[in-house]
Amino acid sequence: MSGHTVPADFSEHMLDLDEDEDLEVFTKNTSLPDGSPMPNSPSSMVNQYRLEDDDEGQEVANTKDIFVTVDHPESQVTAIETFILYRVVTRTTRSDFDSSEYEVRRRYQDFVWLRSKLEEKHPTLIVHPLPEKFVMKGMVERFNDDFIETRRRALHRFLNKISEHPILSYSQHFQVFLTAQDLAPHRKQGPGFLSRMGETVRAVANSVRGLKSRPEEFAVMQEYVDDFSNKMCCMDKVTQRIVKEQREYVDELKQYSPTYARWGELEEELTEPLKGMASCVVQCSKEAEEHIQHLSEVLVPALHEYVLCAETLKAVMRRRDNIQAEFEAKNEALLTRKAEQEALQEEVDVLADRMEQANNSLKGDWLRWQRSMKTDLRSAFISAAEKNVEYYEKCLAVWESFLVSQRADSSGGQEDVA
Amino acid sequence: MADDGREESLGTDDDSDQTGADGSLNNTMVEEGSTLMRRMEICVAEAEKRSGKNAVSMQETYTVYLIETRPMDAVAEGRNPAPDCLWRRYSEFELLRNYLIVTYPYIVVPPLPEKRAEFVWHKLSADNMDPDFVERRRVGLENFLLRVASHPVLSNDKILYYFLTEEHGWKEAVYETGFQAKADSRLRALSATFRVRNPDKCFMEMKHYSDELQSHTSQLLRTRARVADRLYGVYKVHGNYGRVFSEWSAIEKEMGDGLQSAGHHMDAYAASIDDILEEEEHYADQLKEYLFYAEALRAVCRKHELTQFELEMASQDLISKKQQREELATGIVRTFSLKGMTNKLFGQEAPEQREARLKLLEDLIAEGEETVKEKTIERAEHVEKAWVDIQRFKEQKDKDLREALINYAVMQISMCKKGIQVWSNAKECFLKM
Repeated sequence: MSGHTVPADFSEHMLDLDEDEDLEVFTKNTSLPDGSPMPNSPSSMVNQYRLEDDDEGQEVANTKDIFVTVDHPESQVTAIETFILYRVVTRTTRSDFDSSEYEVRRRYQDFVWLRSKLEEKHPTLIVHPLPEKFVMKGMVERFNDDFIETRRRALHRFLNKISEHPILSYSQHFQVFLTAQDLAPHRKQGPGFLSRMGETVRAVANSVRGLKSRPEEFAVMQEYVDDFSNKMCCMDKVTQRIVKEQREYVDELKQYSPTYARWGELEEELTEPLKGMASCVVQCSKEAEEHIQHLSEVLVPALHEYVLCAETLKAVMRRRDNIQAEFEAKNEALLTRKAEQEALQEEVDVLADRMEQANNSLKGDWLRWQRSMKTDLRSAFISAAEKNVEYYEKCLAVWESFLVSQRADSSGGQEDVA
Repeated sequence: MADDGREESLGTDDDSDQTGADGSLNNTMVEEGSTLMRRMEICVAEAEKRSGKNAVSMQETYTVYLIETRPMDAVAEGRNPAPDCLWRRYSEFELLRNYLIVTYPYIVVPPLPEKRAEFVWHKLSADNMDPDFVERRRVGLENFLLRVASHPVLSNDKILYYFLTEEHGWKEAVYETGFQAKADSRLRALSATFRVRNPDKCFMEMKHYSDELQSHTSQLLRTRARVADRLYGVYKVHGNYGRVFSEWSAIEKEMGDGLQSAGHHMDAYAASIDDILEEEEHYADQLKEYLFYAEALRAVCRKHELTQFELEMASQDLISKKQQREELATGIVRTFSLKGMTNKLFGQEAPEQREARLKLLEDLIAEGEETVKEKTIERAEHVEKAWVDIQRFKEQKDKDLREALINYAVMQISMCKKGIQVWSNAKECFLKM
């Protein structure tokens, strides 16, 4: 597994201004169930969400009042750097938006900024991960079309996950991100880098001291998160391996065809069946390639996304732990130190509130996340299974038609060879 | 050659070649509407390991195959007599085949299954003792016997009959035919190929065809081995899904059941490749048979080259001898000869010597004419008989290969159906999640 986006200490993350590293490519295909590409306009998104309905999604679909799309990636060249700008279009009926339609241009860093703001404000909510910046493999050209497209899809998915979140979608930062023509002034606001540094140093210190005891439900959650992360990594690896094996299979399979064709030319009576074989192989190879393409576009990204989610969950758990640790530390100070009782008591109360809020947020969001995970993965698996069935059905048709043509040709009595 | 007066010939039974774990439908070696009398039911029923001392007194393990025969009329009448049986090992089959090749050089002699496992993909061991290999060889040996026994010419051979009926004493009989002495030396054959001037065009085309056939079938076999390897990998990796789903299901509440059962289907999918590839071995065996048949065909063409070459040599020899006679008779030297040189240098030889030489030449010429006659007949007979068998072979090949391709398609269809089944089941499990 390559580097992930959200370490517990995300100050380092904030310093990354440069996109010039290797990249990990994944994409979540948000296409319609019938396989057509996702619509570009937010208004047609209404239809998309209705079609993807399941019971849980029903409420979301019916009450959805904001639609966001990410499209039209464009290369921007400046004196210092080159980067991609994505167009973000928003359509909404919400009253706290001045207008009902917005169009802005955002680069990857802007998304990173948004996400970190959201996490800052809501440390124990589960904020959907962004596509990774790069991976160590370094084989893909920085701005090749595939990479840009898969990233675009992931960014689109990210914004949609945020817009579906009951709390995050009302975030001020989210609104600013969607509406401000120029994001730069907003990015400079807020707690400075140093204070963030301070926060995380405290967090590290606290985690070093350790937790007195984790409440049962969070202990269970932690265990789940660790196992889930494990399983997702395995699933991701296995799926990528399957794609690799299938690619190699198709490469070998294609070798059949020229040999059958040449042999067919050599023969007289057998020319036709041999050429038929060559053609069948070609067709089956095509189907296999399509199958691989689908896997790469649907299942691989979906699994990878949840590998990243698992890391997000771990970070959330850590932050919750830190909040608890801070409270416990202050509380201990209150109990042991005789001086400053009043001041300390106030601080303890604040931290106690903070802790309770953090825990409740997490508890609430946890259920939402689990439902969402189940929906997403279930749909990815179903899609993969369907595609497999389709692949085999198409190959079946190819061979059956070959069989029919052969049996029709051989004039009678073919079956009974005695 | 078969020297028996009786018109006994050996027939085949349709069912006997459908034994075998792979359930092959390879009953194509029986000649439909042939003029053979179906006298005997033949099958290679079993294989067993034996130990013994070999020719250099070293301990070795080898496999023997049980050949069972029954008179066809008894079978037809519904009596079920116990079959006569004897054991043969592979080297004895080889000996029989070598005998047939030498004795019937105008026949495309059916090939034996391969001596060593070749074109293996990684799952199959290349070990001759491997039970799968032994089983496939058993089927191949039976196929060989059935093909030979249904051949219009070969089936009449006495040695073949003894092979099937006389466990001991067969080897002596084979050696007694002296076939080994009749075998063409490699060098002679090779020399003929290069030096022959007017081989029959059809035979040359046949030879070219056999080369091409060999090339294409071996290429296909190599590709098949690689494809099998890859496909095996694809299916087996899915087994990992089974394991992960199972482990994952343990930590999920709602999704658990769906994942668990989907995992089982993934395991089933991974396991299904073994049978699929096992079945495909049969197709490979059919290709192999014609790969080896190509060699047999080429051997017949080479024999033609040899007979043609020998005829050309004999004719050439005769012409030169006649010329020498003419020179001797007329005194005009047209060709170079040592005698001519020495005559020039040292004077003519005496008339008696000349007479003697003339006489010798006349004898040689007479011999030469006999030889030319013989060679002409030999060549013509070979051409005629070989062409008949080549036509027969062509028809058989077209039929067999067409059927092999059809069977391959059937196998592919079966594999696709299995795939549809498994993934539909998996989809159901996911839907239930």
